[in-house]
Amino acid sequence: MLLPVDSTEKLSFNRCIMDGDLVIVYERHDVMKPINVSEKGVLQNRFGVFKHSDWIGKPFGSKAFSSKGGFVYLLAPTPELWTLVLSHRTQILYIADISFVIMYLEIVPGCVVLESGTGSGSLTTSLARAVAPNGHVYTFDFHEQRAVSAREDFERTGLSSLVTVGVRDIQGEGFPDEFIGRADSVFLDLPQPWLAIPSAAKMLQQDGVLCSFSPCIEQVQRSCETLKSSFTDIRTFEILLHTYEVREGNLASLQDSDGVLASLKSSKKRPRSTNGQEDSRPQSVMARRIGEVRGHTGYLTFARLSCIG
Amino acid sequence: MSTKNSEENSSGNQNRRITWEGCSVLLDINDGDRVLFARLTAGSKVKIGDKNCSLQPLIGRPFGSSFQVEVGADGPVLSQIIPNAEGNNLGEKMDDQTMEECRDNRALVDNNTAQSLTGEDIDDMRRKGATGDDIVQALIANSATFEKKTAFSQEKYRIKKQKKYAPRVLLRRPLARSICEAYFKKHAEKIGYLRVDTLSLLLSMANVTAHSDVLVFDMLEGLVTGAVAERLGGMGYVCNPYCGTTPYPVSIVRMFNLSDETCKRIVHARLTELQPSNSGNSTSTDQLVDACNITEQKNENTVSPSPAVDLVNMEESSSGNMETDTNVAAFPKSGNSVKAGKSEDAHREVIESWKENGFSSLIIAAPNMDAWDIAKELVPLLSYSAPFVIYHQYLEPLATCMHNLQSKKMAINLQISEPWLREYQVLPSRTHPHMQMSSSGGYLLSGTRISSNDQAPINTNL
Repeated sequence: MLLPVDSTEKLSFNRCIMDGDLVIVYERHDVMKPINVSEKGVLQNRFGVFKHSDWIGKPFGSKAFSSKGGFVYLLAPTPELWTLVLSHRTQILYIADISFVIMYLEIVPGCVVLESGTGSGSLTTSLARAVAPNGHVYTFDFHEQRAVSAREDFERTGLSSLVTVGVRDIQGEGFPDEFIGRADSVFLDLPQPWLAIPSAAKMLQQDGVLCSFSPCIEQVQRSCETLKSSFTDIRTFEILLHTYEVREGNLASLQDSDGVLASLKSSKKRPRSTNGQEDSRPQSVMARRIGEVRGHTGYLTFARLSCIG
Repeated sequence: MSTKNSEENSSGNQNRRITWEGCSVLLDINDGDRVLFARLTAGSKVKIGDKNCSLQPLIGRPFGSSFQVEVGADGPVLSQIIPNAEGNNLGEKMDDQTMEECRDNRALVDNNTAQSLTGEDIDDMRRKGATGDDIVQALIANSATFEKKTAFSQEKYRIKKQKKYAPRVLLRRPLARSICEAYFKKHAEKIGYLRVDTLSLLLSMANVTAHSDVLVFDMLEGLVTGAVAERLGGMGYVCNPYCGTTPYPVSIVRMFNLSDETCKRIVHARLTELQPSNSGNSTSTDQLVDACNITEQKNENTVSPSPAVDLVNMEESSSGNMETDTNVAAFPKSGNSVKAGKSEDAHREVIESWKENGFSSLIIAAPNMDAWDIAKELVPLLSYSAPFVIYHQYLEPLATCMHNLQSKKMAINLQISEPWLREYQVLPSRTHPHMQMSSSGGYLLSGTRISSNDQAPINTNL
C-alpha cells in the first residue's frame, strides 16, 4: 500500500511487513527495486540471496540480511520512491516538476483532477496522494496497452480507489462530457496540448487551474496563444533540482604542498581518534553540486479559468 | 469564451470557490503590485489608492473575480468587473501588429512635455463623475507620443495608467501556493526565504497526505504548519513540538481557510513530552531549549490585536518593523484557537500513540537554528522507514547534519537538493526568460529513518 487509505493503515502505526506487501528494496540511493513479498519468494542480487519469509513480521525500515551476510533495507513505498523504481513506458515526470505541479494546480484533499496522458503513472501517483481521501483522479491515455499497465500498477500500489484510467484520445475527442464543470484542475502532457485546451476549459470550474507540460518552447508558444481566449494568470516556468554531495575532510595547507599535488584528506582513510599532531586542524564538511544533472525536463504552463460572473 | 456556469459544485469543504462572510481572502491589487490578506466581514474595509472601500461587496462572490473602485452616491464602492465587457481586446489588438512591428523609439524625446492633460484637468474630470477608465482613455488621447510608441510600449503605458487611475482588485483563494508567494514577494525574511517551489518539495518529500501524523518544527510563523494541514483533509495530525515554555507562533495558519475539522488536527506538544521518558540525552535537549528560547524572544508580540479590521497588510513595510505590519485581530466568531493563531495541546492518548508508534514523517523549518541540533532530537521520534526533510536557507548546516546522520547510521537515502526556478515571458516573437529571478529558494536535506539496531542473524564477518 502506497497510501494509508484509512487510519488503521497509517505508517505511524508501526506496520510490519506482511505477505503480499509491496516493499522497496534499497541497496543504494540509486539502486532500488520494488518487490511484492510472498512466502516462498526469493530476491537475488550482488549481496546474495534473500528469502522473503525472513522479512515477514519485521517493521518497514529494517535491514534484511542475505545468506552471505550482505544486507539491504526494506522500505515502505511512497510516491517519491515509486517514481524512482517504476517501469518506464514513457518519459516520466520527476519530483521537482511533480511537486510544483501539485502546488500550482492548488490540489487539496477532495479535488477532482483530470490528466492526459497517463504515461507511466509517475505524476498520477502523486496526484492521487494529493486528492486523498475523498477526491479522485481521472487519467486518460490513447494507448490501450499503456492504460492496462497503468491500471495494474495502481492496483499494485493500492491506489485503485483514487484513480480511474480511461482509454481516450484527448487531443482528438476532448475529455468526456460527464466532467463538464466538475474538474478542479486539469493536467496535460500531450504533444499538441493546444488541441485539448478548449475541452479542458469546459471541464474546469471557474477559477480552476490548468497545467500543460511541454518539452519544447514552440509547444508552449502555441498553447499560450490558445489559452488567452478563456484563461487568465497564464504563467510559464521551468524547474530543476540541483543535488549536492557532502564529504568531510581536510584541505592541504600551504606548508604541506611541497612538490606534491595536494589531494583531499578524507577522514575515512585517516581515523580521527589518533589525536596526533599531523591533523591538528578541525575536520570540515564540504558540499559541492553533483556533476551531471538533467538540464531540462519541460516547461510548465499554468493558467486559471476566467471568472465570468 | 466558455459559457458554462457551475458555481454550486463544491461546497462544505476547504475547497470552496465562493467567498462567505468571515472567510479569509487574498486581495491582489494591480496584478501583484500590492497583496494583502483580509477577513471578509460586513465592517471590514481596505484602502485602495486614496479610497477606503468596504469589503462587503466581495462576500458571496466567486474566487478569481476582479473588482474595480467606482465612486457611487455613498462614496467609493468595489464593483465586479465582467470580463466580457472589457475583454482581452487590448491584447488581441496588439497581436496583429507585433509580428510586423516597424515602429521604434528613434523619435522619442524624454522631456516630460508629451502629456497635455494636467493634474487639474484630471481632478476636474473626476468631479464630473468620470470613471477611472475614462481618465485612462483621456490620457491616451492627449498623449502626443502614444501613437509613435510600439504596440508593446503602448500596452505598457495603458497598464501603467490603468493601475494608477483604475486600480483592480483580484480575489484570490488563500491556499499554500498563494500565501507562500505573497509572503515571499513582500516579506521573504519572515518565512525564512522559503520559496513556493521549495515548500512544494517539502510537502512531497515528507509524504504529506490524509491520515499522516506529521511532526512539523515550524519557525516560519505557521506557514509550513498551514500547508501541511491543507493536505490532511481533516485526517491525521500536524504536531508542532516546542522547547521552553510556549509554543512557537503559527499566526499564518489563520490566513488559510481551513475547516474546523482540520484546525482540530493542528496540535502542539512540548518536546520532552514526546520523547521517551528515560531518555538519557537531557543535556543536548537543554541546549536545544536554550537555542529555541533565543528565537522565541524574537518572536514575542508578533500578534497585536487591532480592534476593527482583520487585515494583514503585506505592503506597508517601509518602517522595517514586522510587528506593525501584522495587526491581526482574533477571528471573532470562532471558538477554535488555531484561528486565533494558537494551536491546542495534543491529547495525552495521542501523544502516547506517537511515543509507541512514531510519527509518519517530519519537517524541520527553522532558519536561525542548527539543523543537526534539532534533527538529532526529532528524527528518533519517527517510525522506521518514515521520510523526513529539513529546510535551511544556508547549505552548511545541512551538510553537517547530513554527515552526522550518515556517520551515526540514523538514516539512509540522504540527499541535499536545491531547486532552481525560472519564469518565462511567452508572447508572439517575444518569448524569453524573465529578466529578474530569485537566485535561491533555499536548500533541502531529505532522508529516510532506519532501524539502527538490526544485527546480522548469525556468524557474519563484518
